[in-house]
Amino acid sequence: MPRIVLRVLDALVLLWLVTTLTFALMHLAPGDPASLLISPTATADDVARERARLGLDASLPVQYARWMAGVLHGDLGESIARAQPVTRVIADALPVSLFLGGVSLLVSFVIGTLVGYLQALRSSARTDTALTVVTTTLYAAPSFWLALALVVLSTSGAAWLGAPSWLRFPAFGMRDPAADPLDTSWLVATADLLRHALLPLLVLSIPGAAGVARYARQSMLAMAAAPQVQAAYARGLSRTRVERRYVLRNALTPLVILLGLTVPGVIAGSVFVEQIFAWPGLGRTMIGAISARDYPLVLGLTLVYAVTVIGANLAADLVLLRLDPRRQLT
Amino acid sequence: MSGTTVRADGRWQWGAGLLLMLTVCAVLIPAVSTDKAAEIGDVLATRLTPPLARDATGEWHWLGTDAFGRDVLRRLWQAARVSLSVGVAGSLLSGVLGVALGAGAAWYGGVVDRIISAVANAMLAVPRLVLLLVIAALWGPGITVVVTVLALTGWMSVMRLVRADVQGVALLSYIEGATALGVPSARVLWRHILPNALGSATVAVTLGIGNAILLESGLSFLGLGIRAPAASWGSMIAGGREWLLVAPWIALIPGITLIVTVVACTLIGDALVDRSPAASRDGV
Repeated sequence: MPRIVLRVLDALVLLWLVTTLTFALMHLAPGDPASLLISPTATADDVARERARLGLDASLPVQYARWMAGVLHGDLGESIARAQPVTRVIADALPVSLFLGGVSLLVSFVIGTLVGYLQALRSSARTDTALTVVTTTLYAAPSFWLALALVVLSTSGAAWLGAPSWLRFPAFGMRDPAADPLDTSWLVATADLLRHALLPLLVLSIPGAAGVARYARQSMLAMAAAPQVQAAYARGLSRTRVERRYVLRNALTPLVILLGLTVPGVIAGSVFVEQIFAWPGLGRTMIGAISARDYPLVLGLTLVYAVTVIGANLAADLVLLRLDPRRQLT
Repeated sequence: MSGTTVRADGRWQWGAGLLLMLTVCAVLIPAVSTDKAAEIGDVLATRLTPPLARDATGEWHWLGTDAFGRDVLRRLWQAARVSLSVGVAGSLLSGVLGVALGAGAAWYGGVVDRIISAVANAMLAVPRLVLLLVIAALWGPGITVVVTVLALTGWMSVMRLVRADVQGVALLSYIEGATALGVPSARVLWRHILPNALGSATVAVTLGIGNAILLESGLSFLGLGIRAPAASWGSMIAGGREWLLVAPWIALIPGITLIVTVVACTLIGDALVDRSPAASRDGV
């Protein structure tokens, strides 16, 4: 038990460090957010008033203390560009990103593990090499390029190939603008959402699944060569039983660690995907906030991302602790 | 497999061959092609020519032209110079930073070690792209900023590897011997420990090149990296985006060379990692 408590405390300290570093980073940067808000004809007095209103006239330690106190009370300040509380902006964008990220993480792990399993245990050397070339290539593809390629493929490409219209997927937005939200049933609305979600989800899942497959293949190959697996075969156990009890069970445990490593990739991917497909999630909000120099919003979003990554790693560690009793000793 | 040398590994041969080919193209093709292909000439006569076709002035274009009538093939390899050198420089610099900080943390220990490790952990908790976006946006775009930012956000994994290696080597008896003979501490670190603790850092830096090229392309795609008139593969993709449905080759072709480059780095990395257990342990 104390090991779990220690791990959680560790994560909290880390979170504090991240927020402090981000705060320092923002205030080290050249430029003054107040100067971006005032009109070109503003006098020095106007600038001073604006700085006072934003709390920028206080010394850095005071600003830090104020901001930190706010964070601890669940108040991330006010977005400069949107004149809305940062927590409000984040709460609006979060479900979109959670949906995209959650579904694509799930798809990545299911398909990636399956492909890795097929490669490691169920294919000829040639098929394995072919699949390795495919996964390595897809893993290397930048998500924004993949997004553009799929847009071409599903619009002008599909038309050129003479594909039926239901195979041409919308490449923009979350729902059909012509559909009246009050008029349509939830079934039609869900179908419409899924149609719009197909391309963004594909872009996020393809490199994710490729990465998981590369890792799962490696892990299963290593496990299949382990002495206890050879011994199980020697005792005459059936192939299915050996694979399930001796290979998969042990090879899937390290995949849990991969969860913590995949989340940053999905977050990075979602920044591009939301930007290209115009989904109003955290990534798109982040790009907007950065170009508007909306410091409080950038800080808040960075905090959300850090919480997600630290949370994923913490969850992976805690799950591993249950799955692998040896870890409780170290 | 780990018994054979890396040169006999098919992945190494493919990866090194591809990288060599890309480098030769990047050096030669812009040098031998006519200057006419680079500048903006008669835009209306030359723009948006599809690949393998002649424009209205009779000029042949292997990969077509962009919206300004520039030859995509020549621009692609001009951009390759930027993408490849930014990737190599960014990864090397983050390697140097990582080696310095990792060696310092391991050798001096105590507070130094705690501070460096804590900063590394905190930076690893934010996705690298987000860090890059924030820093690049605050300091403004440009090649120098991109390379600096890649170095500042990529040193953590190298630092961890070097720190572990230096800690391991420092326990060996010849280090104790050198210290007992009165060799100054900094010299022990520089002459006797570091040369023996750089193996996994080298692998990590090689692996980091592909990653750095990808990140640069992402920044440039969002307009926070390489700015016009200079081009990298990422900024070419960004520039072709508005012509995507009319002239898809402008945006899609640079992505193919980008993928080939990253695959080549991954292949070399995979071959190296199989021979270096430390690097594969710590997910670089």
